[in-house]
Amino acid sequence: MPLISIQNITKKYHTYNSDWDRFLEAITNGWIRRRHEHWILKGISLDAEPGESIGIIGYNGAGKSTLLKIVLGVSTPDTGTIAINGRVAGLLELGVGFHPEFTGRENAVISCQLLGLAPDEIPPLVEEIKEFSELGEYFDEPMRTYSTGMAMRLAFSSSTAVRPEILVVDEALAVGDAYFQHKSMARIRRFREAGTTLFLVSHDPTAIKNLCDRAIILEEGVMIRDGRPDEVLDYYQAMVNRRKKDEEIRQFHGDGVVVTRSGDARMEITAIQILDMDGKPARVFKTGETARIRQTITCNDPHVRPNVGIMIRDRLGNHIYGTNTHLKKVAIDDRFEVGSQFHVDFDVQMLLGGGSYNVSVAVVDDALHSSHLDWIDQAVVFQVMPDGVPDYAGLTPLQARLSYGLGPGIERDPEHETERVAQHGAGRRADRVEAGD
Amino acid sequence: MNAAIAKVPFAAPLWQYRAFIWSAATREMRLQSMNSVLGWLWPVINAAALILLYMTLFVEVLKSRLPGSDDSMSYAIYLCIGIINWTYFSNTILRSLNIFGENAMLLKKAGFPKITLPVVVIVSQGVQFAIMMGVFAALLVVTGRIPGWPLLGMIPLLIIQQTIAISLGILLGTLNVFFRDVGQAVGIILTFWFWLTPIVYPLSILPPGVASFVTNWNPMTRIIDGYHNIFLNDLRPHTSDFIGHVVLALVLSGLAYFCFKRLYSAVQDYL
Repeated sequence: MPLISIQNITKKYHTYNSDWDRFLEAITNGWIRRRHEHWILKGISLDAEPGESIGIIGYNGAGKSTLLKIVLGVSTPDTGTIAINGRVAGLLELGVGFHPEFTGRENAVISCQLLGLAPDEIPPLVEEIKEFSELGEYFDEPMRTYSTGMAMRLAFSSSTAVRPEILVVDEALAVGDAYFQHKSMARIRRFREAGTTLFLVSHDPTAIKNLCDRAIILEEGVMIRDGRPDEVLDYYQAMVNRRKKDEEIRQFHGDGVVVTRSGDARMEITAIQILDMDGKPARVFKTGETARIRQTITCNDPHVRPNVGIMIRDRLGNHIYGTNTHLKKVAIDDRFEVGSQFHVDFDVQMLLGGGSYNVSVAVVDDALHSSHLDWIDQAVVFQVMPDGVPDYAGLTPLQARLSYGLGPGIERDPEHETERVAQHGAGRRADRVEAGD
Repeated sequence: MNAAIAKVPFAAPLWQYRAFIWSAATREMRLQSMNSVLGWLWPVINAAALILLYMTLFVEVLKSRLPGSDDSMSYAIYLCIGIINWTYFSNTILRSLNIFGENAMLLKKAGFPKITLPVVVIVSQGVQFAIMMGVFAALLVVTGRIPGWPLLGMIPLLIIQQTIAISLGILLGTLNVFFRDVGQAVGIILTFWFWLTPIVYPLSILPPGVASFVTNWNPMTRIIDGYHNIFLNDLRPHTSDFIGHVVLALVLSGLAYFCFKRLYSAVQDYL
């Protein structure tokens, strides 16, 4: 049985000429109609299994927040059904129910009470909230003395004190400083691993890629895409570009992944090859080997100044490395005639861990605010084998040397210490850095 | 929680959110008691001051007595018991009027059972009532006028009175979301209602026509009168006097539930 089952729900908002009209219609259950209708959701169906996490993207006004509110139960659909088999918690807005005169502790208690927890469950949780929010002594001070960041930390820690079966998040992840953002992301990820189903609305593609295993696009109240986050995000990226210019979107299957292509085709990528250093086509490289990514481009418009680029991404869609001719300061200023071809090679040393990677290629117009000429997401896939490097943990085998010695390893020469300060004061910082490093 | 309780409507969410209800109901008092030396004592001092004022004014200064009574304190007790209960009744209605507006953020952003909100009003006003009643009862004990077993008769009267109050409150509070006029009008109507109820004056001073109108058409007359009988005459309320009240309370609560259910979705979108 799915954890959440949404069947063909619709939601309209109504505007009325007067409050009297609004009341009349509501009390007669719609028998008397005085409304002007605005459709927000036009028939959304969605099943979510336990542990699945779904990212929702779309333009402003596409109905994302309304969908979240319906899942959270603070809004009712007009038609259709929604069945939820678990406890839903929401991070629609942080700090709901807080009062500035109460201390952090008292507000944390209120937050737990709002989650419907029993009185005896609350005290241990409050201690956990104190620890997670890292407010220290401020925890027992009134909240009006807090900075915005501190208030947000408290709010996030309290709202997520208990792992819910379903968590609904609306853009609320960017909380506090970078350190706390990581910490809150990690908490949400842990929830996910423990089986929480996540509904996440975000405009941040990285958040969706990192946290979701499924993504949907809402446009004008209709679900137009449902699939793997990297594919859906590529499509969304193309949608955004199309919106800027009325460009064509083509999706086709290549190499077993869905490829998204967009651009006005004034220049066209007619071939993509991955070659080894002998110039032979290759798809498997050892860690540390160099691959040549070659794009062949056909010119359809002689007035374009092309900027050609690549982006290497891993299986999860994380951006590993990207560059282009502009960044590399290689100007392509030849005048190309219509129909003429040129090629651009990127020689990339594959300092990558084992796994599957894909390359997106693009040619954009440098003169016209980088408008897309041709952009192919996930155009080719290649493999990296972790041969010849010692085992390690993580994404990429960074160069690391290791040594060890006895003793604490902390410099304790008071004379030296004064000297450093003196040198700093005298503005001879460079000397010291050189000696110290 | 055992299975029997689970069958009572709304019992499960109310029991689960009991901590929230209590904390929301006492929120204002806690805020007021903050940074004050006497803190929680202030509401008690307030109640005591008011009751003592009535006592001195009507017993010692004006020497008012109820007609046909030779007890010097009779009128003061009559007045206090009426005012304390009326205040519970009317404040419950008044606080319910803005129940949605005041909690808009909670209703829009946090998923919690909405049924808790009217209960919060009943409990918070109940705490105020209990303080007043406690001080008043202490005074009765000291002066040797505490009634006996008929005191238990207060419980059904209070249940009827508060069911009517909260039903009217929810009904008017829902309407008040759409028409702010409701809130304004209710304030005025409650003032008239207060003076149409024998709280300050005894029913017997009214002309017979008016007295029968007030008795038959104002449900609060018999309820307040019931309290008077308990405290002044040591008589328990007659069940037969309150059959109409029970029907009224049931009809009103049904109406309030229907109206709330019908309109809540619109309320949510309107907040």
